[in-house]
Amino acid sequence: MPHELAWAILLLPLFSFAVISLVIRPFLNRQSQISGYLTIATIGAALALAIWTLFTVRNATGHELDIGKISWLTIGDVHISMGLMVNSLTAVMLIVVTGVSLMVQIYSQGYMKGDPGYSRYFAFMSLFTASMLGLVLADNLLMLYVFWEMVGLCSYLLIGFWFHRPTAAAAGKKAFIVTRLGDLGFLIGILALYFNQHTFDIAQLHELAIAGTLGGTVLTWAALGIFMGAMGKSAQFPLHVWLPDAMEGPTPVSALIHAATMVAAGVFLVARLFPLFEHSSSAISVVAAIGGFTALFAATMGLVMNDIKRVVAYSTISQLGYMILALGVGSPVAAIFHLFNHAFFKALLFLGAGSANHATGTFDMREMGGLRRFMPWTYATFLIASLSLAGIPPLSGFWSKDEILALAWADNPVLYALALATVFMTAFYIFRVIFLTFGGEYRGKVAKESAHGGSHGLHESPWVMVIPMILLAIPAVISGLVNLPGSFLGMPAHWLSGFMGEAAEEFETGLASISVLVAALGIFMAYAVYGARWISAEALGKNLAPLYTLTSRKYFLDDLYERLIVERALLNGFFAILGWFDTNIVDGAVNGVAAITRVGGGRLRRLQTGQLQGYGLAMIFGLLLIIAAFLIKGG
Amino acid sequence: MDFPYLTSIVFLPLVGAIVIALLPNPGGKTVKWIALLFTLASLVLAIALFFLFDRSQGGFQFVERRIWIDALNVHYYLGVDGLSLPMVILTTFLGSLAVLVSWKIELRTKEYFAWLLLLETGVLGVFSSLDLLLFFLFWEVELVPMYMLIAIWGTPPPLGRREYSAIKFVIYTLVGSALMLVGILALYFSAGTFDMVELGKADLKPVLIPLPAIFFLLFSAYAIKLPVFPLHTWLPDAHTDAPTAVSVMLAGVLLKMGGYAIIRICVTILPQVARDYAPLLAALAIVSVLYGAAVTLRQTDLKRLIAYSSVSHMGYVLLGIAALSQVSLTGATLQMFSHGIITGLLFALVGLVYDKSHSRLIPQLGGLARQMPIITVAFSVAGLASLGLPTTSGFASEFLVFLGSYTSNIFDGIRIYTVLGIIGIVITAGYILWMLQRVFYGPPNPRYEGVADADAVEIVTMSSLMAAIIIIGVYPALLTNIIDKGILPIMTRLGT
Repeated sequence: MPHELAWAILLLPLFSFAVISLVIRPFLNRQSQISGYLTIATIGAALALAIWTLFTVRNATGHELDIGKISWLTIGDVHISMGLMVNSLTAVMLIVVTGVSLMVQIYSQGYMKGDPGYSRYFAFMSLFTASMLGLVLADNLLMLYVFWEMVGLCSYLLIGFWFHRPTAAAAGKKAFIVTRLGDLGFLIGILALYFNQHTFDIAQLHELAIAGTLGGTVLTWAALGIFMGAMGKSAQFPLHVWLPDAMEGPTPVSALIHAATMVAAGVFLVARLFPLFEHSSSAISVVAAIGGFTALFAATMGLVMNDIKRVVAYSTISQLGYMILALGVGSPVAAIFHLFNHAFFKALLFLGAGSANHATGTFDMREMGGLRRFMPWTYATFLIASLSLAGIPPLSGFWSKDEILALAWADNPVLYALALATVFMTAFYIFRVIFLTFGGEYRGKVAKESAHGGSHGLHESPWVMVIPMILLAIPAVISGLVNLPGSFLGMPAHWLSGFMGEAAEEFETGLASISVLVAALGIFMAYAVYGARWISAEALGKNLAPLYTLTSRKYFLDDLYERLIVERALLNGFFAILGWFDTNIVDGAVNGVAAITRVGGGRLRRLQTGQLQGYGLAMIFGLLLIIAAFLIKGG
Repeated sequence: MDFPYLTSIVFLPLVGAIVIALLPNPGGKTVKWIALLFTLASLVLAIALFFLFDRSQGGFQFVERRIWIDALNVHYYLGVDGLSLPMVILTTFLGSLAVLVSWKIELRTKEYFAWLLLLETGVLGVFSSLDLLLFFLFWEVELVPMYMLIAIWGTPPPLGRREYSAIKFVIYTLVGSALMLVGILALYFSAGTFDMVELGKADLKPVLIPLPAIFFLLFSAYAIKLPVFPLHTWLPDAHTDAPTAVSVMLAGVLLKMGGYAIIRICVTILPQVARDYAPLLAALAIVSVLYGAAVTLRQTDLKRLIAYSSVSHMGYVLLGIAALSQVSLTGATLQMFSHGIITGLLFALVGLVYDKSHSRLIPQLGGLARQMPIITVAFSVAGLASLGLPTTSGFASEFLVFLGSYTSNIFDGIRIYTVLGIIGIVITAGYILWMLQRVFYGPPNPRYEGVADADAVEIVTMSSLMAAIIIIGVYPALLTNIIDKGILPIMTRLGT
């Protein structure tokens, strides 16, 4: 089959978006279920093509497909074209995006049933998937930026999907603006690269960076600018604040944002431009530091949240920190490997949280408890995902996390310490969720047993929701196969490293044992506090009150950004002064000139009284003055 | 002899105005249909020019030239090149839509539509004149209809100050015109001609007034129109009190007269001065962008908000002009076209919201998405285009301005100005999204229960604008392939 077929991966969901928003929503809104079917069909077809792409890339020379470009814009000596860059990195990402998206769309059929915005939802979901695919496929920075912003748009639309809720509308706006702040750097980075090298082409930039033509401060600043964009999308400190609020959207949206789209974009971007980062030692150390710090920083907040989705959200930020750390210590393979594994278990955690919410009507874990008896499938799959997240072997999360830990150890002991402390916290917070949600007795308001059965009592979610969870639980266990240190089940050892052309990491049993022990300790501590209750959570909170306040108030960063900087300093401070200045000084001057003219004209007008005696008198005086002047001067 | 395309395009609206004025007691519907017919005819011809324009050779095309005042060497001289053709298309497009936007006008319809059509002829004349005196004449023609339209059909007291705003607009423009006239005469005495094509090639020797002085005499008139900080305060007042269709025309095409004239006259005729003063122009541009955006955030009246956002967005036009590179000037011209359709749509929509809810004050609105889903979609599209989202025309044009100015070698600091300009797009995102949130999102307001959504005529208007925004955004080459033909001679003149 021709390689150009890869375009279809992008165009299929785009087609679905166009048909839903131009045909189904305006004219066939009664049959809104067609929107869901169409979305699933197109994304399913895109997944099939993604699998085809993976095999084609594997067999292609240099693991890269050759696809012609389309000319887009020519002005003077500036030529901009649109094309696809399909190599091993692209192929892996395509599988993640289409695979997770497909599961999420199927699950959404159940979750969004009866919502008045059903068609709108699937239109946005199609566009979201398409934008992410475009971002992954783009062969030049401008095209990448275009889809990058479209991803931002879709997150805005989907987080604010239930726009009648003020919190949802605010969260959508926050996501867009915070990520756009990062995009500022991205855009400037793109311009700086173009100014220096006259190209947007990613492959060409790679070559220039490797050859050293592109280097020095230009490269450092450009790389840092681009990394700013990645920090925004991948929710790295200090631009992470939008992600926890982003759970205001429908839960399947959170699953997609946190797993396969949006947040994966930043990690992907750095991986895509890795040769640029690699050749700037200052830029890459910033990447490592930000990643390591964010991993720990976000985990501390995950420890104290009461909202199940918020815990999982902080967990995402923390895990993204791992991926960024992996890039910072020089291994795109480890980052993508973790991204790949994380996509499945994190999507599963969100779908599980959504399933719990479907039954209990809340996300507050204080009103849950004991759900394992009512929702066995949700419990089982959630537990698998949690074990994978905590890094318990042989689940997928263990393998990628271990690789990152080993790399950090080799690079810098501080980074390793940050990463290891995060392992403990991760295990603790996710098992805190397990014990609070599924363990103990039910503490909520929904009747445990329904009088007439049906959907009133606590119950397992419908099959349309459970099956995607089961389907995601499988990769949550086995997706590590793609880069196992040894050959297993027919997969060669370090397959992904080989595929992406990176030297394989040695497996260090010592380091691995330490991290497993630390994770087990975390689980045990969570059991001690929230399972067996040997230690009282309340007492713990009281003894560590300042720490508790600091973390549960999110280090006061929201207050700093929103209250202090945006509201006080800008909106009601500097901008208010400018507003006053505009009305009173700038426009005041205009009206002042007008007033002076009018008043002056009024004064002058009084001279013209229309009385001839007056005029005559003035004429005589004038005449006398002229005569006098002549006499004095001419005399 | 060839078909006089340009004369027809420019004067068809005027003929329509005369027909309307001469009809004894026509009904409101008749007047509207006549107005629509003539503006559409003009639009169809403009679109024909788009297809007939010879992209391989550039230069002025469809030229018509007759001696007008022999003694002064004044000609009736029309023609379009890559720079003016998009402006002509934009004007005829918005001119037709302005008639549709006015479909519900019932007060003194005959006069209203006559003035509206005369306004269109004035603006079209500005964009197609190649003789400075003719240009000046058309520039002044637009004033009278604007005064009448704002003062008679504008927002009545106590809510508005329509007479104050109308007179402020006229006096402000007239001050600029007086300066421009001095500049035009100075050019005439230097070169002995009003011929803009001739002047665009001449190597001018200063007579009486030094060249930079001529440049800034002309520039101040156009800076008022654009508008550039600190000459912008007439704009929010004029917009607030103008009827919807007039706001559409004002923001959509009248402001572009300023940007167009800076490129066509200041930069083309006096390129060296433009180069010498590029840092000053860039500084003015960035102040307009950032100051305009900051003040926009503070506005609570929807119309004032969009008006101030225009100050900010037109700052990007000036930035593109200041950078004087082929990409930046092409971007500036595309930004004028793009801002015309985006802000035209925004004002049309603000008008709809106001007609239906009887309020324009943001604190009184809220939750309208439930009552007006179609208007909400269109408003969101226009807003997202305004904040420069890719796949809308707003991104294409602003990106070209940034690319052109960042890579320009006009002076070293231009890159810093570009970065400051890019910061403006974050503030833009702030005020646009905050506005959408406060007006359309949140729980539905019971006060607006049962308020109607857009009707068929309104849907036609906004769909055509949305389509234009997205088509240009996805494939900007449609216009840039023409625009850069108009920019090329300036580049040749600058020797770059």
